[in-house]
Amino acid sequence: MSGMDTRVAGGVGASALRPDGTLKVTGEFAYSSDLWLDDMVWGVTLRSPHPSARIRSIDVTPALAMPGVLCALTHEDVPGLKFHGLDHPDTPVLAIDRVRYQGEPVALVAADHPERARRAAAAIVVDYEVTEAVTDPWRAAFDPSCPKVQEGGNVLRHQPVRVGSVFEAPVVVTGEYEVGMQDQAPLGPESGLAVPAEDGGVDLFVATQWLHVDRDQIAPCLGLPPEKVRMTLAGVGGAFGAREDLSMQIHACMLALRTGRPVKIVYGREESFFGHVHRHPARMRYEHGATEDGRLVYVKAEILLDGGAYRSSSPAVVGNAASLGAGPYEVPNVAIDAYGVYTNNPPCGAMRGFGAVQACFAYESQMDKLAEACGISPVEVRVRNAVSQGSRLITGQVIDSPAPLAEMLRELEAFPLPEEPAAGGRDLRALPGGVAQTTHGEGVRRGVGYGVGIKNICFSEGFDDFSTARVRVELAGGEPHVLVHTAAAEVGQGLVTVQAQIARTELGIDRVTVAPADTRVGSAGSSSASRQSYVTGGAVKAACEAVRARLDKLAEENPGLTLPELLERSGPVEETREYRHRPTYPMDPVTGQGDSHTQLALCVHRAVVDVDVELGLVKVVELAAVQDVGRVLNPLALEGQIHGGTAQGLGLALMEEIQVVDGRVRNPSFTDYLIPTILDMPPMRVSILENADPAAPYGLRGAGEPPTLSSTPAIAAAVRAATGRPLPRVPIRPQDIALPA
Amino acid sequence: MDFIRATTWVDALAAKAAQPGAVPIQGGTDVMVEINFDVRRPPALLDLTPVAELAEWSERDGVLRIGAGVTYARLIAELGDRLPGLAQASRTVGSSQIRNRGTVGGNLGAASPAGDAHPPLLAGDAVIEAESAARGVRMIPAAEFYLGVKRNALAPDELIRAVHVRPAAGPQYFAKVGTRNAMVIAVCSVAVALHPGERRVGTGVGSAAPTPLRAAEAEEYLAAELDWDSGLPAPVAARFGELVSAAASPIDDVRGTAAYRRHALAVLARRTLTWAWNDYRKAAERCA
Repeated sequence: MSGMDTRVAGGVGASALRPDGTLKVTGEFAYSSDLWLDDMVWGVTLRSPHPSARIRSIDVTPALAMPGVLCALTHEDVPGLKFHGLDHPDTPVLAIDRVRYQGEPVALVAADHPERARRAAAAIVVDYEVTEAVTDPWRAAFDPSCPKVQEGGNVLRHQPVRVGSVFEAPVVVTGEYEVGMQDQAPLGPESGLAVPAEDGGVDLFVATQWLHVDRDQIAPCLGLPPEKVRMTLAGVGGAFGAREDLSMQIHACMLALRTGRPVKIVYGREESFFGHVHRHPARMRYEHGATEDGRLVYVKAEILLDGGAYRSSSPAVVGNAASLGAGPYEVPNVAIDAYGVYTNNPPCGAMRGFGAVQACFAYESQMDKLAEACGISPVEVRVRNAVSQGSRLITGQVIDSPAPLAEMLRELEAFPLPEEPAAGGRDLRALPGGVAQTTHGEGVRRGVGYGVGIKNICFSEGFDDFSTARVRVELAGGEPHVLVHTAAAEVGQGLVTVQAQIARTELGIDRVTVAPADTRVGSAGSSSASRQSYVTGGAVKAACEAVRARLDKLAEENPGLTLPELLERSGPVEETREYRHRPTYPMDPVTGQGDSHTQLALCVHRAVVDVDVELGLVKVVELAAVQDVGRVLNPLALEGQIHGGTAQGLGLALMEEIQVVDGRVRNPSFTDYLIPTILDMPPMRVSILENADPAAPYGLRGAGEPPTLSSTPAIAAAVRAATGRPLPRVPIRPQDIALPA
Repeated sequence: MDFIRATTWVDALAAKAAQPGAVPIQGGTDVMVEINFDVRRPPALLDLTPVAELAEWSERDGVLRIGAGVTYARLIAELGDRLPGLAQASRTVGSSQIRNRGTVGGNLGAASPAGDAHPPLLAGDAVIEAESAARGVRMIPAAEFYLGVKRNALAPDELIRAVHVRPAAGPQYFAKVGTRNAMVIAVCSVAVALHPGERRVGTGVGSAAPTPLRAAEAEEYLAAELDWDSGLPAPVAARFGELVSAAASPIDDVRGTAAYRRHALAVLARRTLTWAWNDYRKAAERCA
């Protein structure tokens, strides 16, 4: 039974169905917000109404006097370290002497009913002295007179990239671009249940993206050793980066340890908008120089990312924006400066695409300008500059696996275009505005646009990125059965299915159970950076191979015995393996040079839009994509990722924005933070290529993020083509199209 | 919070008289959102869903009487032919789940300037039947019903029983701008209703002032300018659009800017009038 057995039903390459699919569709799936224990109490967080203020005093006694209240806690009650953070512990568990953003947690209440807890929290008296809020990231970065949001200064990372010295060219195009603050908008709000244990520890059930990094931040703040914080993944209602940072985890544990009762915290929808980080809004200045036939000579860029009040994963976001800041193009001369800054705006951190999204909108807008300046087509200008295997990125890193961008673009261009609409009698749902009937066809112009994106897969810049898998084969009811156990978070992306598929293929056994993810097994790393199929998939594969080697040896020692007979004799066979991808290296702090990424992924999009140019309303008619994924593990799940990533990019192009004025969020609800509906997201035409990456398990290439990059600039380009407007900002608002600039 | 269930209309009026602070609730698509977001904490909810008559509509002497509990879904299905403007507006309300629960009575009770039902009710000269236990029935024309942002003409002890409106005598259109192609609150909206018998065009404007409103000057302009026996001159349609826009007093908010709203109102008014006029002329030519 050596070698990969691809004949097993439901193995690698099959469209195996999600075990939780039916439950989710029928509304029976238990999300973290559904957790329940009969003796539990409810935790509520009091948050700062001010973007910037000193705290003179906090008086919790009015809350304690209210009926049903068990306790009210402030920073003084944090048992251990008073700060946490993904990259660096700079975020107070509860505000100490000042608040740095609207919504920052200040105090906690536990009560026997959520409404009582809310009213008690509202009764806490916090004496604030409001201070000047720093809300302009440009000023925060470059004006020495600007107040400091954090003691070390307002620039949290400046990453330059410098290549070559020729910054003159016959054709020069420039642009200033802006990306608004997008939210991950997971449908499941932050929630979990903390249960105090007899040993003084705590069991925490929570929806998160990385159990072990949560635990490693929670335990020190609770003053507990890590083994006394036992975590189990609860049902995750979407993540997209929003669950990388801690939200209610430490708070629920503090309340549980203080009250001796299980404590449940569930954020409401409005609170959720304050309870997680967002995508960094960006301001970008670009200058591209090229030959008259459109070949790039240089790229100069300044990329400013507003990180908000705390560090989160901003440094890594800045790294991506810098290293991928010119896109998947060969550029001999580069001067890019990417900055992440602190302000008193809402904190920003991880979101699908992670720094690559913002830069992609700018460099793709520039490529369209260049095409126009050179009198060639948008596809042609991209093809002429496209990377391929063997190309150097602007960091000096050589792309050492297939990167057939030119071919992908040619395939995309060759797709037939959707038919032009017939005149008269059109279904309103096919028009901009939909059944709200803003047009019967008047003012509607069609546009076509292209977008290309490149995304690093897995963690970069020297991070020790690994996953752990435990695989056990045993008899169950006389049949061989596989148990796969990892701590990897299933956040809706389909890893739970892929883990079982890998086990089936590697072991040739079709009965596979994936155990609930928890901290009884080693870290799996984060469900981020499109990395889990690669890294946890690699770990499951490695553990399966180790189990298989033992089974092969047993078979050799006991010729003639069947697998059940062997297992009957040997008992369960279990192996645990860690898997690491190839190491990466830091970027040089001055030149940005270095092999900072382990894998790179490409996606290209074509968007066809109908725009009501008088009203500025857009109907996306079709989105077509070509993506190279190396190897398809699950076609159905993969298409879902491509559709979903594309839709999230559509949202950024046309509607999704947290509007922040003077540091305050104006639209913390799904009434006014709009995400695309089925009438906004068109049917897709998708072509999936399988040019294997020899360094990756099965040759696979991470797939979840790349579509989120390229759909945004493709749609923006299509709207520009329809309207003739420059549209340097996303999301594109109706007034940007309809009103004179 | 008290929860009062009224099983008959008389009981409902008595309950409202006894506790004027009680907020009536039908589908809950507006009231429950406000409670969930803690925008308000009423002392009591008065559940009107058991009052069967509120979910009925009838037609008598050429006037439709629509119970306050008739849902948007039923308005579309059962009255779409007689009240096309209101049906078009109903189609833009939320999702199908919301349209199965939400009611015109609720829209009137909330009196949000962004309520989708208001512009067609204004354009169609609807009258609201309000009632109190103490004073009985009071008929309030839609144009006098909206007093301020989320404020209507109801007295504290009054409930909305029904809406009275004549079936469309001519073409009607409703158009609404939102930044998403479905499930969106109006950035602004316009309704027009042709009243050929009176040679008059009714208007309603939503989400562009503290209250829904009629564009009176625009209506007067058309009454003076329109030749009902010929085509609609483009300059007349454009001027009508400008006057509808001028009737509004929009603000900059999270959904759009005042300048965009003014611009969009003019476009919507011009387009809806043109559609209605074309329909009218086509019908007139068929009869000729």
